Amino acid sequence: MSKVRVLVGTRKGAFILSSDGKRKKWKVEGPLFSGWEVYHMKASPVDPDRIYASQCSGWFGQLIQRSSDGGKTWEPVGNTFAYDGIAGTHQWYDGTAHPWEFKRVWHLEPSLTEPEAVYAGVEDAALFRSGDGGRTWQELSGLRRHGSGPRWQPGAGGMCLHTIIPDPVNPGRIFIAISAAGAFRTDDGGATWRPINNGLRSEHIPDPTAEVGHCVHRIAMHPSRPNVLFMQKHWDIMRSDDAGDSWREVSGNLPSDFGFPIEVHSHEPDTVYVVPIKSDSEHFPPEGKLRVYRSRTGGGEWEALTKGLPQKDCYVNVLRDSMAVDSLDSCGVYFGTTGGQVYASPDSGDTWEPIVRDLPAVLSVEVQTLR
Amino acid sequence: MIKVILPFHLKNLAGVSGTVALEVAGPPTQRSVLDAIEKAYPVLRGTIRDQGTGKRRAFVRFFACGQDVSHEPDENPLPQAVAEGREPFMIVGAIAGG
Repeated sequence: MSKVRVLVGTRKGAFILSSDGKRKKWKVEGPLFSGWEVYHMKASPVDPDRIYASQCSGWFGQLIQRSSDGGKTWEPVGNTFAYDGIAGTHQWYDGTAHPWEFKRVWHLEPSLTEPEAVYAGVEDAALFRSGDGGRTWQELSGLRRHGSGPRWQPGAGGMCLHTIIPDPVNPGRIFIAISAAGAFRTDDGGATWRPINNGLRSEHIPDPTAEVGHCVHRIAMHPSRPNVLFMQKHWDIMRSDDAGDSWREVSGNLPSDFGFPIEVHSHEPDTVYVVPIKSDSEHFPPEGKLRVYRSRTGGGEWEALTKGLPQKDCYVNVLRDSMAVDSLDSCGVYFGTTGGQVYASPDSGDTWEPIVRDLPAVLSVEVQTLR
Repeated sequence: MIKVILPFHLKNLAGVSGTVALEVAGPPTQRSVLDAIEKAYPVLRGTIRDQGTGKRRAFVRFFACGQDVSHEPDENPLPQAVAEGREPFMIVGAIAGG
């Protein structure tokens, strides 16, 4: 019998929600790391009992926790994230040069092939890798030393590297995204990088089609089709069919193309999910109606999914790392809100139910399908 | 023995309750006490002082004998009462946030 484990990071700790394959009855465990911000938790696809968690606090800094038994017990591992060489400067909000300073780990991405290997996306933006289960971390500094680094600038949430997508077909290829620099790709395992922002247009920056400076909120890929990428940008839903070399807008009939998460159905590479948010100034659903939008055409045409979701007086946000899918049949879709709800759909988004309603603000949601 | 009082979250991380007692060689200073804490409880490395700069984290304060000594040079000797274990060296999380 298959099982599902949902890993939820919140402003005040982490929670593990588990169910059998029917996804009707849920067990809620937590809080883990009580009182700390947990930006992200993610399990190794090679060893599902190996889970990594980013635990941080404005008072006491960053820790990385690791479980080797599916989240029953945890051990702190390495928390030294030292930039390689002279850190240099990036742009501050007012355009002045500001020194690179480590603040926190936004995203942990375990390797697709090695349980002891894991990537960390951090603020101020950089990519780190550990080959020893998180004990030590080395920066892949070719990214930050791409010539555009001094032109990167923080978004409202900080200058964070929040998306890491290893290519399942080409082991040397990794996609990452930074707010607000844009998307980048390496084809040589992280030694060298190039920006992949051709086709993005951002009206709020001095040069709307600049090589870097775009506030990319999230990128998603279906593993069977790694050259096709979907992007939720600050504004605009974008699609690339050439591994990011070029992008075209597929916002179509969405009520707003501002938002944070974007996700792809686990069995249908052209089925994509977003959660429209009213605007960059009003981070809540349009008209107070919480709607997931689904495209079954790879973007362009979108349908509202509302059954089981609040359709009045709803003013929560859904953050960029707070949506995930399982790989059961039918595909389960999950997302968490800043109001502390975690919603699950066991039928590809047709119907929704809250698993829990009153957690602290949800920062991230990941799903494990355990067989 | 130097007595140290850790804030709630650092007690939990270190797996201790109450006051921590530490042996510090020579006249104790902020730096030598913090070095001893981090040696005894490696999980606390980076939680009190930034690992890169070695500086006190912005929202952490140090108190000794009722005085805020956060801004004193970290090589200055701590008060005699702390050195003799009659008063604790307190590490405090600033009141901030929600």
